[in-house]
Amino acid sequence: MSDITSQSLTSLVSNIKNKKLSSEEVTKAFVDRSEKSKELNSYITEDFSNAIDKAKKFDDKPNLDLKLPGIPMAVKDLFCTKNIRTTAGSKILENFVPTYESTVTQNIWNEGSILLGKLNCDEFAMGSSNETSFYGNVQNPIDKGLVPGGSSGGSAAAVSGQLTPITIGTDTGGSIRQPASFTGTVGLKPTYGSCSRYGIVAFASSLDQAGPMAQNVEDCALLQEIISTYDDKDSTSIDFKRDQYSKDLTKDIKGKKIGIPKEYRVDGMPKEIEELWKKGIEYAKDCGAEIIDISLPNTSYALPTYYIVAPAEASSNLARYDGVKYGFRAKGENLIDMYEKTRSEGFGAEVQRRIMIGTYVLSSGYYDAYYLKAQKVRKLIKNDFDEAYKKVDAILTPSTPSSAFKIGEKKNDPVSMYLNDIFTVPVNLAGLPAISIPAGHDAAGYPLGLQIIGKAFREQEILNLAYAMEDKINFKNKITDWWIK
Amino acid sequence: MTIDLKTIKHISKLSRISVDEQKAEKLAGDLNSIFNFIEKLNELNTDNVEPLTSVAETTLKFRSDEVKNQNIREQIIKNSPEDNEDFFVVPKVVE
Amino acid sequence: MSKDNSEYLIERHDNVYEVVIGLEVHAQVTSNSKLFSSSSTKFGAEPNTQVSLVDAAFPGMLPVINEFCVKQAIKTGIGLRAQINKKSVFDRKNYFYADLPQGYQISQFKYPIVGEGKVVLDMPNGQKEVGIERLHLEQDAGKSIHDIDPQNTLVDLNRSGVALMEIVSKPDLRSPDEVSTYIKKLRSIMRYLGTCDGNMQEGSLRADVNVSVRLKDSKELGTRCEIKNVNSIKFMQMAINYEANRQVDLIEEGKSIDQETRLFDTKKNETRSMRSKEDAHDYRYFPDPDLLPLEVTDEFIENLKKDIPELPDDKKKRFIDEFKISAYEATILVSDIDTAKYFEEVVAKMGKNLDIKLAVNWITGELFAVLNNKNLEISQSPISAKNLAKLVNLIKNGTISGKIAKTIFELMMDGDKDPQIIVEEKGLKQESDPKALEVLIDKIINDNREKAIEYKNGKEKLFGFFVGQAMKVSGGKANPQLINEILKKKL
Repeated sequence: MSDITSQSLTSLVSNIKNKKLSSEEVTKAFVDRSEKSKELNSYITEDFSNAIDKAKKFDDKPNLDLKLPGIPMAVKDLFCTKNIRTTAGSKILENFVPTYESTVTQNIWNEGSILLGKLNCDEFAMGSSNETSFYGNVQNPIDKGLVPGGSSGGSAAAVSGQLTPITIGTDTGGSIRQPASFTGTVGLKPTYGSCSRYGIVAFASSLDQAGPMAQNVEDCALLQEIISTYDDKDSTSIDFKRDQYSKDLTKDIKGKKIGIPKEYRVDGMPKEIEELWKKGIEYAKDCGAEIIDISLPNTSYALPTYYIVAPAEASSNLARYDGVKYGFRAKGENLIDMYEKTRSEGFGAEVQRRIMIGTYVLSSGYYDAYYLKAQKVRKLIKNDFDEAYKKVDAILTPSTPSSAFKIGEKKNDPVSMYLNDIFTVPVNLAGLPAISIPAGHDAAGYPLGLQIIGKAFREQEILNLAYAMEDKINFKNKITDWWIK
Repeated sequence: MTIDLKTIKHISKLSRISVDEQKAEKLAGDLNSIFNFIEKLNELNTDNVEPLTSVAETTLKFRSDEVKNQNIREQIIKNSPEDNEDFFVVPKVVE
Repeated sequence: MSKDNSEYLIERHDNVYEVVIGLEVHAQVTSNSKLFSSSSTKFGAEPNTQVSLVDAAFPGMLPVINEFCVKQAIKTGIGLRAQINKKSVFDRKNYFYADLPQGYQISQFKYPIVGEGKVVLDMPNGQKEVGIERLHLEQDAGKSIHDIDPQNTLVDLNRSGVALMEIVSKPDLRSPDEVSTYIKKLRSIMRYLGTCDGNMQEGSLRADVNVSVRLKDSKELGTRCEIKNVNSIKFMQMAINYEANRQVDLIEEGKSIDQETRLFDTKKNETRSMRSKEDAHDYRYFPDPDLLPLEVTDEFIENLKKDIPELPDDKKKRFIDEFKISAYEATILVSDIDTAKYFEEVVAKMGKNLDIKLAVNWITGELFAVLNNKNLEISQSPISAKNLAKLVNLIKNGTISGKIAKTIFELMMDGDKDPQIIVEEKGLKQESDPKALEVLIDKIINDNREKAIEYKNGKEKLFGFFVGQAMKVSGGKANPQLINEILKKKL
């Protein structure tokens, strides 16, 4: 039996179900590896001893009918976990312990999984490199000094570095797909409304979605099945018939029409990305898919639109962090003074920047020119996809405009940082599902990802396409364990 | 569209985040470069476009008028910074 | 200030000003749970015991709308003869305050659930129509308590999230009296519908009053000031009076009026400026992304229309037609649903013996006097409609006289006693046997021969003396009509 921590989720589940492994063994293995991996700084909060206790309890009375029987899992620190500190990567929630559980994580625990701990992320999910976290940067397991991507950087690093067999992240503008691409892992952002947002610290309500981050497509499909449920505690949750994503997973994609949007071929695109994309197209053809050129004319307006809509919603969502009910509170001479000091000390620079942008674009005199305009452009972007989907079943693009960059390289240039999301953002604006799969390496040997975008509610379709292509691509993640002394 | 210091001070008041001169200047610089980038939207004519109301393709679901929540005062107040068990306590407003 | 019978005007030297008033009434929706959460809305609970995670705006919490509150708002709109908007949107109104846990209030800005409507007021000099601009649903805030702790403010979030209907009138009101009538009418309509209990002491009904002045006959509106959160009609009237005069004084001095928000100081009886000028609120309204647009069907609205009871204006018309009472009396009887219900029950219980005039007089006269005296609502009346009906019937069928009835009325108040029983126990039955009365009167005339002769000689005033004597001797039980007839015959 190969090293426990290098097994896939599917393999671990199978081994536990047929009693080849116990939950305690599996949990101890991941705890052990996590403890040796502090240099990655993937975790904000560890719950290791509790995890082992729970694993022992599970083994005492195992329920092997569950889908994640005794499987340990760490999750992004944006999901409220009952009685376990939840910080959202921020100082302002440094000591916040929720008395409630998010729907998505509850679904996971209900299937027998065990919490290992909470994973590092950009503060309030705002960032593309995990460099805005109050709890420090995260190292990409691929190479020292490399960012893992963001905002689900800790999550991506944990999966890639095998500190957890699988995890969940959140994606507002690419925060699952981009770090998946940077770390050589698989990340799925489901259709908006597919997973409940109840209990997830909100960033931008009309864009946020939770999703699985895994080592392979099969594992991803299994977790998606578990976390995607209708929830009446979330008014934006959609009640649609969900497929059995892992059961119905197939590599047969013959005849599927895949669109290649010309507008994604941006100026100054690195040659390697171009090459990767071309290769991806060939792989798709090999699997029997039909390639069709399409146009998404308003693509170049997606990023500016996103940087109006997301900060606007965030500026309002983050107003509740005022030191009154919970979280960090600074001493103030009066109420307003208390608010101002609490928020300027409690929030990091990027969060403050985005709150200011958001406040400005909603303010009197500017609402029409910015927010309203952005919502109109968003309509155009969605229309583009609707039009395209009359001709194709899915769309294939690169996930990111580059491979992982160095820590500190883009920190002082917000706009350059924002450009990371150029391929992922249109998907959130349109509310569509998309998956990033690792598809190759750049000259430095760093992973590069391809993105498959699907029709609304058609996660099965893109999982299948990803499954087929994953097989053809046969990607091997080069993990050297450099951080383990 | 340039964002000046006066605007930064106004926005910071609206968003209840304090800024000193130095911070305000940095913010003005950052915001201006971000807004340069956002200005691209002005290229598009959106006169006859309806704004997107939601990507969630569903209607607002109703909840029934039942009282479901119990008294959870302890839970609600336990995270607050002050010691009072019945109320949230904040410094006085200067009216 | 001059006030002629129909107009409220302010005079200074040669200038005559009129006052233009618009009201924003906040009415708490009668419902079991809050607008976007399942917490209880009961008044008077211990602080922070009716607060859920959603109400306290914990991270990750989301709003889910209460269908019943939507229905209540639509019903109120129907009662205001207003347009019901099938599609409406919830917006966030962003500002910071200790009793606003989310840092924003969920309200409706651009697309409210109810559009234009109207309310008809019965004023002394005729009917007046007041336009309604709109009605929308929004969350109430919690309560900030400033006077318990000298250093700090204490916050109770029980009220946070309770559903409010904000009813905005057009600036059609012109006097404190019109404002009072308007509020009472609005309150009455909502109580009839059961959509708001209108209890101003408990804060179920509050108003922001917008006041401006202008020269009479001017078509332009003056600069208005908003007087916030006035919670009694009396204070509203005082506030308007003070504010209107303040504004006129400023204009007369050649100064301009700052558009601002003011508070009514109930101790000093004056309005004062609330906010420092630089802290003007920019609410940055935008559609709440946690909620989708609210859509209701024609069927949904029609079903609600079926549930609407007879409203005050219609009931008043019917009372006038059916019972032939005056408009004035009808207005009083329909002014509150509990009064109307009481009256209708008395009428029903009186059955075939119905004497409307008697019933109306006893309710609006004796009963109202008692209720006013004891500061009771008619729903707390010590005498039930059933028993009042009995009392009136006893008068109508001659069993007791009106005078005796007053005595019995007093006795009935102690535990809502059945008047029939009181009559029997105390032997208060009216003496209506003509023969017995003749004997009684004969004796009185006999005992007072001189006075009888004086009367026959023209001293007509003495008739009263004989009536009085008859009453005294009979212990008040003599039938006054018969006494009168017999005395007339005999004297």
